Amino acid sequence: MKYTEDHEWLRVEGDLVVVGITAHASEQLGDVVFVELPEPETVVAKGDEVVVIESVKAASDILAPVDGEIVEINEALVDNPGLVNEDPTGAAWFFKMKVGDMAQLDDFMDEDAYNDLVG
Amino acid sequence: MADLLRTGLHDLHVELGAKMVPFAGYEMPVQYPMGVLKEHLHTRAAAGLFDVSHMGQVILGAPGGVPAAALALEALVPVDIAGLAEGRQRYAMFTGPEGGILDDLMVANRGDHLFVVVNAACKAADIAHLRAHRGLEVIEITDRALLALQGPAAEAALERLVPGVAVMRFMDVATFGWNGAELWISRSGYTGEDGFEISLPEERAVEFARALLKDDAVAPIGLGARDSLRLEAGLCLYGHDIDTTTSPVEAELSWAIQKVRRAGGARAGGFPGAARILGELAGGAARRRVGLLPEGRAPMREGVEIFAGPEGGAPIGTVTSGGFGPSVNAPVAMAYLPASLAEGATVYGELRGKRLPARIAAMPFHPTNYKR
Repeated sequence: MKYTEDHEWLRVEGDLVVVGITAHASEQLGDVVFVELPEPETVVAKGDEVVVIESVKAASDILAPVDGEIVEINEALVDNPGLVNEDPTGAAWFFKMKVGDMAQLDDFMDEDAYNDLVG
Repeated sequence: MADLLRTGLHDLHVELGAKMVPFAGYEMPVQYPMGVLKEHLHTRAAAGLFDVSHMGQVILGAPGGVPAAALALEALVPVDIAGLAEGRQRYAMFTGPEGGILDDLMVANRGDHLFVVVNAACKAADIAHLRAHRGLEVIEITDRALLALQGPAAEAALERLVPGVAVMRFMDVATFGWNGAELWISRSGYTGEDGFEISLPEERAVEFARALLKDDAVAPIGLGARDSLRLEAGLCLYGHDIDTTTSPVEAELSWAIQKVRRAGGARAGGFPGAARILGELAGGAARRRVGLLPEGRAPMREGVEIFAGPEGGAPIGTVTSGGFGPSVNAPVAMAYLPASLAEGATVYGELRGKRLPARIAAMPFHPTNYKR
């Protein structure tokens, strides 16, 4: 698993990258009550806002961590946004991306580095 | 948070695992480990204990006693205070010269004085406002904490500690004793639920809170759930849903202005902004505070602009409070909209560049549960 400074986690699954938010991020957000997902087959550039998360406290975005194409979204989150708090690193993945150049992932943090960041 | 004030319950909040945030100059618990959503639902299902000691507690007297103090206060609020019976409490608001609202408050007649509770963020200004007014003796209470115990299990939980409170009705006030401490209790609150507000000596507050929390039905509740509870109950938050630009009539608070203070009443007018407020009571206001039920699940929060149609046009209003209502299980909001728009009409809130429909709805969004 790789981690971004925006508190996203990335997991490589074959030629796809699965994206979610960390347990630390879900705790900071508080109870999630609404998730808006992108359309599948959307081509995105690193830094694009692709997901909107609303918690009881505030709205926040998930940014595309790398360039690529959204190929699958987790519809379960639309009906059950609370999954983001219950199982942030498992059942509550947000989307899967097809990424042309997997080397884009090289610069992200590993688990130890991320844990140091959120300390 | 070095410059922030602390309430007498600060260390207890920290011990209970609260996340502390700055609020109105105080360091206050926004949530406990249970989290905002569950704290909200717990209050509606059982009982929630809130520390509201940051709010201002003020005693008002006058050389002529309570009747004189009541008449003097009536010069600052459009509310019937002289007719407030001993042992009763009433909602009021300080109005400004243009008919806006300077703060909202609760006024109780405690027999030998009036007891007033005002918002934390406004208390310094309110006290200066009261002191600048002739005929009132103003004592700011700084050595008493204020707790709120709210929810359907509040009565049983408080009755166990303070026998006798169960017979109180909504908006009654009375004095009780608890292990030598004097409690000033009102049957009221800010959640839409039955419940109590308890003023007590600060040095006894932690002990009293712990005694309440021993009851399995009682959980500590933070400011986050206090906000979602009052929003579902359709209650205004000062500085957001009401302020110096909104009149009580626009804010749909006309119910708080009794007949005796209206045109034709025995003590009609005589409060700041009377010309505008009495005019609006007679002829209506151009805009009014309404409830909004956004379609779908995306909350429309404070600041979201409201439009008449799905495209084009200028905004017709702005959301003043909004969020997710855990008991409604849907987003809820309040906004000021043209009075011509009827309940049931669809308007559009602009979220992230997209206009999403919302229906104008009656408030409260969640039925209130007062013991009348």
